[in-house]
Amino acid sequence: MSDKKNPNDVPDTGHLWDGNLRELTNQPPKWWMNTLYLSGLFVVVYLILYPAIPLLDGATKGILGWTQMKRLNETVVEIEKIRAPYENKLKGMSATAILADDELSNYVVRSAKVLFGDRCAGCHGTGGSGNPGYPVLADDDWLYGGSVETIQQSITAGRNGMMPGFGATLNEQQINDLAQHVVALSKGSEYAPGKELFVSQGCVGCHGMDAKGLKMMGSANLTDAIWRFAPGTIESVKYTIGHGVNSPGAEETRNAEMPAFQHKLSETDIKKLAVYVHKLGGGQ
Amino acid sequence: MNKKSTQTDLKNLEELYHEAEYWHVNTGEETIHAKRMPGTFRRIKWITMTVWLAFFFGPYLRWNGQQAILFDIPGRQFHIFNITILPQDVWMLALVLLFFALLLAAITSIAGRVFCGYFCFQTVWTDIFIWIEEKLEGPPARRRKLDSAPWDFKKFRIKFIKHSAWLAIGLLTGISFTLWFGDAFQLWKAYLTLQAPLFAWGTVGVFVFFTYLFAGFMREQVCFWLCPYARIQGVMYDRETILPTYDFSRGEPRGKLKKGSRAEGGEQGDCIDCKQCVAVCPTGIDIRHGQQEGCITCALCLDACDSVMDKIHRPHGLIRYASLDEIEGKATVKIHKRPRVLLYFAIMLAAIGGIIYGLANLGALELKVLHERQPLFVLQSDGAIQNKYVLKVLNKTDADMQVILTISDHDTIKLINSGKPFMTKKGRVTAHTVFLRIPGDKLDAERIPVIFRVENVDDTALFAEYQSMFFGPAR
Repeated sequence: MSDKKNPNDVPDTGHLWDGNLRELTNQPPKWWMNTLYLSGLFVVVYLILYPAIPLLDGATKGILGWTQMKRLNETVVEIEKIRAPYENKLKGMSATAILADDELSNYVVRSAKVLFGDRCAGCHGTGGSGNPGYPVLADDDWLYGGSVETIQQSITAGRNGMMPGFGATLNEQQINDLAQHVVALSKGSEYAPGKELFVSQGCVGCHGMDAKGLKMMGSANLTDAIWRFAPGTIESVKYTIGHGVNSPGAEETRNAEMPAFQHKLSETDIKKLAVYVHKLGGGQ
Repeated sequence: MNKKSTQTDLKNLEELYHEAEYWHVNTGEETIHAKRMPGTFRRIKWITMTVWLAFFFGPYLRWNGQQAILFDIPGRQFHIFNITILPQDVWMLALVLLFFALLLAAITSIAGRVFCGYFCFQTVWTDIFIWIEEKLEGPPARRRKLDSAPWDFKKFRIKFIKHSAWLAIGLLTGISFTLWFGDAFQLWKAYLTLQAPLFAWGTVGVFVFFTYLFAGFMREQVCFWLCPYARIQGVMYDRETILPTYDFSRGEPRGKLKKGSRAEGGEQGDCIDCKQCVAVCPTGIDIRHGQQEGCITCALCLDACDSVMDKIHRPHGLIRYASLDEIEGKATVKIHKRPRVLLYFAIMLAAIGGIIYGLANLGALELKVLHERQPLFVLQSDGAIQNKYVLKVLNKTDADMQVILTISDHDTIKLINSGKPFMTKKGRVTAHTVFLRIPGDKLDAERIPVIFRVENVDDTALFAEYQSMFFGPAR
């Protein structure tokens, strides 16, 4: 598609190789030049329409007024349009009702994942896997109960269970005996000297005669395989007995505070989180 | 042969020579107005061109009340008769592409650029456009005259009709293309009421533009300068490939046939240099220079040369389908003894085998099991270990399906919350979360393989299995 008729009849640079290879000074083909000019035109049009030239006080605006933030907000509106029907339904429903609805609870599990990551996973770990000193949420052991309402209540108002420290009232031997008994309980047996203390020192008052804990108070079930303060060694249990949990005034007491989220999250978000936690594997 | 008819033939030859002054080899500077001539290969070309009718009429085919072939891009489904192909099956597309690539290689190795000459859309559309041009403007000589004539009403009218017809074909081409990707009848309705989506209009616009440009103006230039297949196929020839070839040993030395002067057994070859082979060539090459990049092997020059051979009473086949070996008088090899061809066909067979295997094993259900990564396992209050899995069940049938999940080795491993069947949506992946539990004292390894099986409730022959792992604490 060259514009010249005879390729032998065009000016060259005067350079000659191998006796017959000349470097021609042909004009580039017209279609090629036209494409170049069109590209230039495109650039000019683009510069006029869109933000383009960086100046000291920001880039030129462009007559379309396009910005990345506007585009982002448009896409947010789009995605919220898709979510709206679900979100609207969630508003009027109880956590239990959401849980009973397969489609909605599926939606919640997906959409609350980010919420859980932002608000909960810091202490409770991704997927509710727990951390030292923070309960696992994926198991079936619940201090306050594993129904979705109780979970919702825990998130809304927080939890702040308390166990007094016995370091001042019991001697070393007694604490050791008690610890032996508590560790034995979780293995399905008991330790007689410790069992006596367990009753006489009032442990039963909170943990119950059967040592299974009282959900009302959030006292731990001592007979199961799960430790609120892992690991379940004699040493660890002795520490808990000696210093207590959230024991007022005791500096070395174990810390166990679940903050309230009622002022931080909307009610719907809390419902979502409750359903999400319930579905992690241990909901009852 | 009587004297009279010989004379008429020779008179015709005079005309050919007179005409031959126009014909020269294409150098790309001007529009080629190739002569159209009836003949065997012209007929074959018309027949092979009809393949493209399927492109225009395919979208209207119905199958079970739905469009028979539908490439539903937004829905991520391909419907081909009663087969539904989802993105998960797209590996078969690779085999389909492999098959066609090898088909191209094999055919090219045997008989050259058959695709270019007889089937390529560029060739076919260009041929139709030129057919229209000839109907409106007349044979090449008149077309050249019209092109150089000053603009008047008659020229304007002819050109206007021609370009309108070309654009109309481009429009029909574009619309037909889009019909494969949406419901044909609805889309037509949308076009006619100007309600079609912008993307559809854009696609049609691109097709109109390029059909008009490529088939109307660029024509053989596309084959020369744009098309990669022209180049690829050029290097797939070998000495055994049969191509339209000029038999130089029979034709040379060529020379003008003087009136009544052809002496039998003279020195002159059979080629009378009438340039009819150049005249009919749609890419404007001279086949007598041997095989070259511009030749799309359409064989129209065979028709032209044979018609001339008829006139001078020489046998057909001065230009014929022949291999280089054959023309040079060397021994030719049978197709089934050429390793290259055999290898091509072996790979094609393998590809077809893979496609058939894929189609036969498409399966109506597909199961993937994702083991929860965090936490890997959870200790339960009774000392048991629990694992969480997300099942991804793909239902490829065209109806929602109730499936039930079972697991292998269910004596030890307990399925926690999924005893009852669950619904899988048609053509979609349904996620379903399940928990498995093993009592602490029965957990005898850190990892235990588990086979998940989902089964259609109504038809237990319809199932899918997937092996995953059960994780326990390190021991």
